[in-house]
Amino acid sequence: MTALTERMKDGLDAPICITWELTYSCNLSCVHCLSSSGRRDPKELTTEEAFHVVDELREMQVFYVNIGGGEPMIRRDFFDIVEYATTSGVGVKFSTNGTYIDASTAQRLASMDYLDIQISLDGADAATNDAIRGEGSYETAMAAMRHLRNAGFGEFKISVVVTRHNISQLDEFKAIADEFGAQLRITRLRPSGRAVDTWHELHPTLDQQRDLHQWLLAHGENVLTGDSFFHLNALGDSLPGLNLCGAGRVVCLIDPIGDVYACPFVIHDEFLAGNVRDSGGFADVWRTSDCFSELRGPQSAGACASCGSWDACQGGCMAAKFFTGLPLDGPDPECVGGDGEHALASAGTIPRPSGDHSKPVAVTLGRRTNK
Amino acid sequence: MLDTPLKLHPSVALRPEPFGALAYHYDNRRLIFLKHPSIVGVVKDLGDHPDLQSTLSAHGIAEHQWDAYDKAICSLIESDVVIQR
Repeated sequence: MTALTERMKDGLDAPICITWELTYSCNLSCVHCLSSSGRRDPKELTTEEAFHVVDELREMQVFYVNIGGGEPMIRRDFFDIVEYATTSGVGVKFSTNGTYIDASTAQRLASMDYLDIQISLDGADAATNDAIRGEGSYETAMAAMRHLRNAGFGEFKISVVVTRHNISQLDEFKAIADEFGAQLRITRLRPSGRAVDTWHELHPTLDQQRDLHQWLLAHGENVLTGDSFFHLNALGDSLPGLNLCGAGRVVCLIDPIGDVYACPFVIHDEFLAGNVRDSGGFADVWRTSDCFSELRGPQSAGACASCGSWDACQGGCMAAKFFTGLPLDGPDPECVGGDGEHALASAGTIPRPSGDHSKPVAVTLGRRTNK
Repeated sequence: MLDTPLKLHPSVALRPEPFGALAYHYDNRRLIFLKHPSIVGVVKDLGDHPDLQSTLSAHGIAEHQWDAYDKAICSLIESDVVIQR
């Protein structure tokens, strides 16, 4: 543990990295959606309120935000917000499923500075991807990537959430990224949002995690991970990046209605620190909320205290533990030492995410489709 | 590098932190950590002095530490935070 990461555990005056979800509205219904997105929330921040958030981020010297959703491009003021941010010195990386990137939108995106795009892809072929993200979503993503390449956007990112079913395709994902001159980003599946119900079938097996660790080590800093796999460090060699849970310390989430959570994967009242509409704004929530102060306090290793790997893995991911019903001061459900599996066998009640903006599932049942 | 004229890259912003500073490069979108408060002052002032060693002198850094600063600055040149002028 370096002095730097020790320091970060106490929290910083401003976050390093903010995820800002602009809308819960989404045209897709991915089975692992971390924010259970689908329907727009009527309490969504207005354009003016979104501009005010950007003003605050600029004053706090937050250099960039990760914009997501839902599908952020659905918002009619999407470009207004992005342009307001990038011209204020707050760089933007946004995540999209690609549906709204046609040839002319790609041109517009390519002409903007301080803008980075992340296209979500969860399978290296249509069958694997569409099983998670919905029919036709693979072709949609590929079309968006072709438009970005043709528009000369430059290096965008392809973002993959690793699952039991796509983990054997890592080399193929890398090949797709190379073909488009894109950078590959692989992140960990958390049991958050709708994945609270699908995680148990989708998360990689222990053997697959070992292979993943080797693959990531072999690719080093050429493959981005959002530092999401630090629990794998218990296997031996450390992966590049910060080896700590940054929730409420160096990262946080602003959701579409302005609620501030400790990280994008813990949309639950337990980790709700405040709202950007509160009198002190976002800065006050970040600096003074009880929730974040607690996360920045000393954390107990609990049941992991006697394990020789704790320094390496830091007990893993808080969200993964919380949404599998495990105590926060014990092993990660995907503990590579095997302690997670034992813990899961006697896990408590699994908490439900606080909001659910999923589209009603029954919508297609009452209607006859003629294809 | 000690006798090279250097400066902070114009696209890099520095945010002071208890551990030193956070540097963000707007061109390549990379975050870099400056892990010591004293290196931050040196990096900021590089452009105002003829070269690295005169910057270090001006900041009262003892000569036996110059090698360490030289190494740190070299790694910042590699990540394009500091450039030659």
